[in-house]
Amino acid sequence: MLFKLTLGNVKRSLRDYAVYFFTLVIGVSIFYVFNAIDSQTAFLKMNESTRDIVRLLVNMLSGVSVFVSAVLGLLIVYASRFLMKRRSREFALYQLLGMSKGRISAILLTESLFIGLSSLGAGLAVGIGLSQLMSALVADLFEADMSDYHFTVSLFAIIKTAVYFGIMYLVVLLFNGIAIGKCRLITLLQSGRKSERQRLKNPILCVIVFIIASIGLGYAYKNVTGNFRTLNNKRLLAMIAIGCVTTLLIFWSVSGMLLRIFMSIKKVYHKGLNCFTFRQISSKVNTTVVSMTVICLMLFVTICTLAASFSVRNSLNANIKEYCPADFEIALYRIENNTVKPIDIKEQYEQAGIELTSGFEDYLLFYMHNTPQLTIKSLCGENYGYLLENYPFLDLDIQLDIIKLSDYNALMEIYGHEQLKLNDDEYTLLCNYTSMADIYNVLLKSKNDIQLFGKTLYSRDGKCVDGAVYLSSQPINAGIFVVPDSVLENSGSEAASIFIGNYSAKTDEEKEKAEENALASYRKAVDRDSLQSKYPDSVLTLSVQTKRDITDSSIGLGGIIALIGLYIGVVFLICSGAVLALKTLSDTADSLGRYETLRNIGADEKDITRSLFIQTAVFFLLPLALASLHSVFGMKFAGFFLEVFGTQRIGISIALTCIMLAIIYGGYFLISYFSQKAMIKK
Amino acid sequence: MELLKIERIEKYYGSRSNLTKAIDGISFSVDKGEFIAIMGASGSGKTTLLNCVSTIDRVTSGHIYLEGRDITSIKGKELNKFRREKLGFIFQDFNLLDTLTAYENISLALSIQKLDHKKIDAAVKASARQLGITDVLDKYPYQMSGGQKQRVASARALVTDPAVVLADEPTGALDSRSARMLLERFSYLNDEYDATIMMVTHDSFTASYAQRVLFIKDGKIFHEIIKGTDSRKAFFDKIIDVITLLGGDVSDAL
Repeated sequence: MLFKLTLGNVKRSLRDYAVYFFTLVIGVSIFYVFNAIDSQTAFLKMNESTRDIVRLLVNMLSGVSVFVSAVLGLLIVYASRFLMKRRSREFALYQLLGMSKGRISAILLTESLFIGLSSLGAGLAVGIGLSQLMSALVADLFEADMSDYHFTVSLFAIIKTAVYFGIMYLVVLLFNGIAIGKCRLITLLQSGRKSERQRLKNPILCVIVFIIASIGLGYAYKNVTGNFRTLNNKRLLAMIAIGCVTTLLIFWSVSGMLLRIFMSIKKVYHKGLNCFTFRQISSKVNTTVVSMTVICLMLFVTICTLAASFSVRNSLNANIKEYCPADFEIALYRIENNTVKPIDIKEQYEQAGIELTSGFEDYLLFYMHNTPQLTIKSLCGENYGYLLENYPFLDLDIQLDIIKLSDYNALMEIYGHEQLKLNDDEYTLLCNYTSMADIYNVLLKSKNDIQLFGKTLYSRDGKCVDGAVYLSSQPINAGIFVVPDSVLENSGSEAASIFIGNYSAKTDEEKEKAEENALASYRKAVDRDSLQSKYPDSVLTLSVQTKRDITDSSIGLGGIIALIGLYIGVVFLICSGAVLALKTLSDTADSLGRYETLRNIGADEKDITRSLFIQTAVFFLLPLALASLHSVFGMKFAGFFLEVFGTQRIGISIALTCIMLAIIYGGYFLISYFSQKAMIKK
Repeated sequence: MELLKIERIEKYYGSRSNLTKAIDGISFSVDKGEFIAIMGASGSGKTTLLNCVSTIDRVTSGHIYLEGRDITSIKGKELNKFRREKLGFIFQDFNLLDTLTAYENISLALSIQKLDHKKIDAAVKASARQLGITDVLDKYPYQMSGGQKQRVASARALVTDPAVVLADEPTGALDSRSARMLLERFSYLNDEYDATIMMVTHDSFTASYAQRVLFIKDGKIFHEIIKGTDSRKAFFDKIIDVITLLGGDVSDAL
């Protein structure tokens, strides 16, 4: 009997449950997809360093999953509370008929079990399908080979998903049980009859609050973008807090204000069903201020994460070609008493009896130079105060790298980049890290000469030039001076000993072999322990990089950022869409009588559905609009930090983000619009 | 002048094996400016009759003519247009939109006819004056009494200047004082503005405000009485007599 009742209930409220069920299915499938990456990628061909990165990714994803499950759990509790409220009359009827609260809870339990199991099953099925696509995405992100790929099902992920969602359902049951236990028959009986009171907020107050909120928001926007340099963590948090509070205030005041504005435009307000539509929207927004705020902030985070993560990933991959133009690099130096001293590479290899250059086609062995005569402070001149004030975190005493012109040109020949010409009294400053370049450009404008070992050199260009010496995955050269050879002759300023070269091997396999050999030789020739005992008071830096390592870690980093961004973004989108859809559905269920009245007084069906469409669209667009505005400034702010990674491909990322938004958020909009349309059609 | 003519209409519910004749061949007509009440016990078919006249329901056979036009043949969009231009509705439970003020509830009936907002304002105010609700125009339904709500609903029905006002148990949810006030307004509108009102009720007191009462039993017209020059009290007694004759439950009739 109980089972029959339960099944009937679920069938009857299928319409209400549709969104709930849909959300559960997507939630389960997304959860499965991201937790199954481990086994999905087992079949992909990738090298060991990428494999390590994927392992790191899996660990990070399972960490993020805890957060995601908390978010989804909250969503499910919210959604089920919503459905419970819709059915309070039904529960009252059971109680009137003499059913105990325990029995009612039992009905709910069976229902939840029913819904839970079926959504889990459907979600896992969808998830297993989607995860095959995910493998393709992972393979693409990590540039792995998919040729050996099989259809895979991750048992571990299935169990994990079942356990996590089981716990969520239990929490929901607990909440529902408490809600049933607390409620009184009379309130249950009357809950359907209580018509929502139109609490029209004081319009003047609304306008004032709106203006204050706008000013506050503008202030926060300005601080995170314009005055970004003076921003420390504390201030940043303050700005975020201001942003959240003002968002809340804007939603609190916007509907009242807009309604007032529309009401004063009589021509628009009293046209067709407009006055009904406006009132419906305003009452909807008024009763969901907090949810709207949370949704708006979630959308904001989603847009920023998706856009930023994909853009970082894209730029990282594009950067490799440009910033890592050679195969192999060794850099050895030690720091003793704050001065950088070289550890001679050639000497190390000779001691070990190994040929440094074997296996290399073209190569260069050279020194970087450092001297206390050339620091940022020495470049400052009259700008010293300005720097201290605006860049409090900048170490002005750091010694800047200097390279001989002949070494630089030889290196550029290896890189296949353009060579440089300098007169005897000229120098060039190379820098591609934009924030530092900005600083240098300010300094060079007022002081364009440097004093180096008794000579005066003038900047050839009057500003810094885009360029780098070391291999890197990103534009992070924070400043290297190229000076005529004669200046550094016998200066004794040798700092780091550097070797950069290209393998003579041509094919990928041969290159891999050459790299293995080069690394093995390096390990034999350069031994940290013996060097440390030779220079007991020094801090040693013994670095070896290969293009392959740089590429792999860069791709890996990009992939991790993109996947985690995708995970969080999708979950947030689901939450926002689901909450809005549930709210519109339940509102429409409450408004069925109103639509019937409209029909009775002779309103056109077309006008009624149009009104419904406008209501739903505005309700979905309002938080999205504010979130987009937030995102414009949020992305600008993020841009300062993402500069290192490069953000030149932001356009594609934004397009991708829009597609994601359109699919998930738009999907919820459509589901909610069409089910509402079906609801009001009887 | 004959405004509404109902010709042998029938309305059947159910299947062939289990047929319910809600209306079984009713014919009558209503003149312009008439105030007619239709009485009957629960299940007699009076609300079905009203629903058929108001085009909310469709007749199984027969014809209904309003101003010479057969309304049983109107379909789809035309139906909505006809409903909003020719008919005014008053319901037992008011059917006001609780999100709108009284003013907006009334004006909505005009704005869905795509009328200019200046004309709307004048019409709403005039109609509110007629029903004595000028001072509650800015209030929401939950801030009004039942009587006020029903008068707002009446204003909404009348503001479009319909050919006929159809009222379904308009006093059903009102206390006796509010009911009397409302009915007096109906009489006034009928006298002064020549409004044609067709009202369904099972309450003899309510019916006694009409000029003519039709009694329906089991889907057929059972009797008809006309007020003529009688006082309302005398007419009321006559109605009670018919009801006794009708064999209807007295508690049901009162």
